[in-house]
Amino acid sequence: MAQKRREMLIDPLVDNNPITLQVLGICSALAVTSSLQVAFVMSIAVTFVTAFSSMFISIIRNHIPGSIRIIVQMVIIASLVILVDQVLKAYAFEISKTLSVFVGLIITNCIVMGRAEAFAMKNPPLDSFIDGVGNGLGYGLILMLVGIIRELFGSGSLFGITILETVNNGGWYVPNGLLLLPPSAFFIIGLLIWAFRAWKPEQVEEREFKIQNVEAH
Amino acid sequence: MADNNENQGFIKRFLALPTDSVPKTLFVAVALCLVASMIVSAAAVALRPQQAINALKDKQVNILQVAGIYDPNTDVIEAFGAFEPQVLELETGLFTDEFDIATFDDRKAADDPATSVALTDDPAGIGRQGKFVTVYLLRDDTGGVDKVILPIHGYGLWSTLYGFIALEENGNDIFGLQFYEHAETPGLGAEVDNPRWKALWSGKKLADDNGDLQISVTKAVPAAGEEYHVDALAGATLTTAGVHNLVNFWMGEAGYKPFLENLKAGGL
Repeated sequence: MAQKRREMLIDPLVDNNPITLQVLGICSALAVTSSLQVAFVMSIAVTFVTAFSSMFISIIRNHIPGSIRIIVQMVIIASLVILVDQVLKAYAFEISKTLSVFVGLIITNCIVMGRAEAFAMKNPPLDSFIDGVGNGLGYGLILMLVGIIRELFGSGSLFGITILETVNNGGWYVPNGLLLLPPSAFFIIGLLIWAFRAWKPEQVEEREFKIQNVEAH
Repeated sequence: MADNNENQGFIKRFLALPTDSVPKTLFVAVALCLVASMIVSAAAVALRPQQAINALKDKQVNILQVAGIYDPNTDVIEAFGAFEPQVLELETGLFTDEFDIATFDDRKAADDPATSVALTDDPAGIGRQGKFVTVYLLRDDTGGVDKVILPIHGYGLWSTLYGFIALEENGNDIFGLQFYEHAETPGLGAEVDNPRWKALWSGKKLADDNGDLQISVTKAVPAAGEEYHVDALAGATLTTAGVHNLVNFWMGEAGYKPFLENLKAGGL
């Protein structure tokens, strides 16, 4: 059992990563990765919401009527997200200013709903909680990787600490402005998916179509 | 006690119903909404005082920064005591006692038809302009005005930029300009927060000797000369235009001009 739970926690980091394998939660990954600090707080917030929403949904899973189950899940997720937003505004005001709407948009993060629907509805609370933590961390891992690349080469700093002195501040490094814009995260996530699948070929999906060789007549 | 037991029996009866039946569906929906709304409202009410303190502190830090007296090691509220807040009537350029300074909210006043006007000529893109604003005075040792901190806002590319401009006692020399709330593009428009760009504002002049407003934020240096010009932000044409427009709007006739005239005349 302990072994199984450990797997539940570790599996979503690489082998079953919500971003690189399931390709979920991309929109917020594009938006919040231009600085590491913001990406870090977002990772914690998503992990918190995924873990606790999975747990609460799992607790009442036998009493959720099928006809309104998505709404029930949404109400639980939305309440937790508002809670996170309020706590950030009270105790991490600067960060909540930069995260602005993206905390609210955790509600629409497919990872949270996906784990609720696919796992928490069928498994006991503790397992669901661990599964939620694992998937939140899997999301956070990719966010941090993308954040490191974007902040280092886009602003020349990591966690706001200058590493490469930029020209704007009198240094030598000409920052790559593209990396500060959301589309750059698309390229980086694409490259990460490529790297993950080159490392673990079993993640590669089977082709839906095969190009056939038509014999010449 | 008996009442409580009856209650539990009531809930148990519902929980025992088939999950997909109509009464159970209604029960789950109502119960969940009740519990969720209680948790959310409890959190909102409990954390509101702390959030209000944060928002106020953030604004005060910005006022201190634009006045050039911010020191991260000192208490913000104490340092802020150096300022003299006043509610200003824009049209007359005079301070008014009509409102309680502690509770007066510029943004609420700008939304209220009784204390605001709808703009027809609106280069700053703000729609309605409040007739009253809160300004902050910094006095020197002899009690004369040293600096005035004036709130300004206007539309950039994506968002309304809210900020402060600090002017010297002559009402014409700029000491600093700073935005405390905006949502411009990081790395491009959001470079309005770059300390090196903000430093460009220091020492610039608003109007020339004839009293004509000359300040500009553009790529090329205008004919009026370098002392009325702040360099545009690279790659942020529309944010730059927004800043140019909002500074010109607020320093012009519809903005603080009457107040600045009074300031020049002295006696505030």
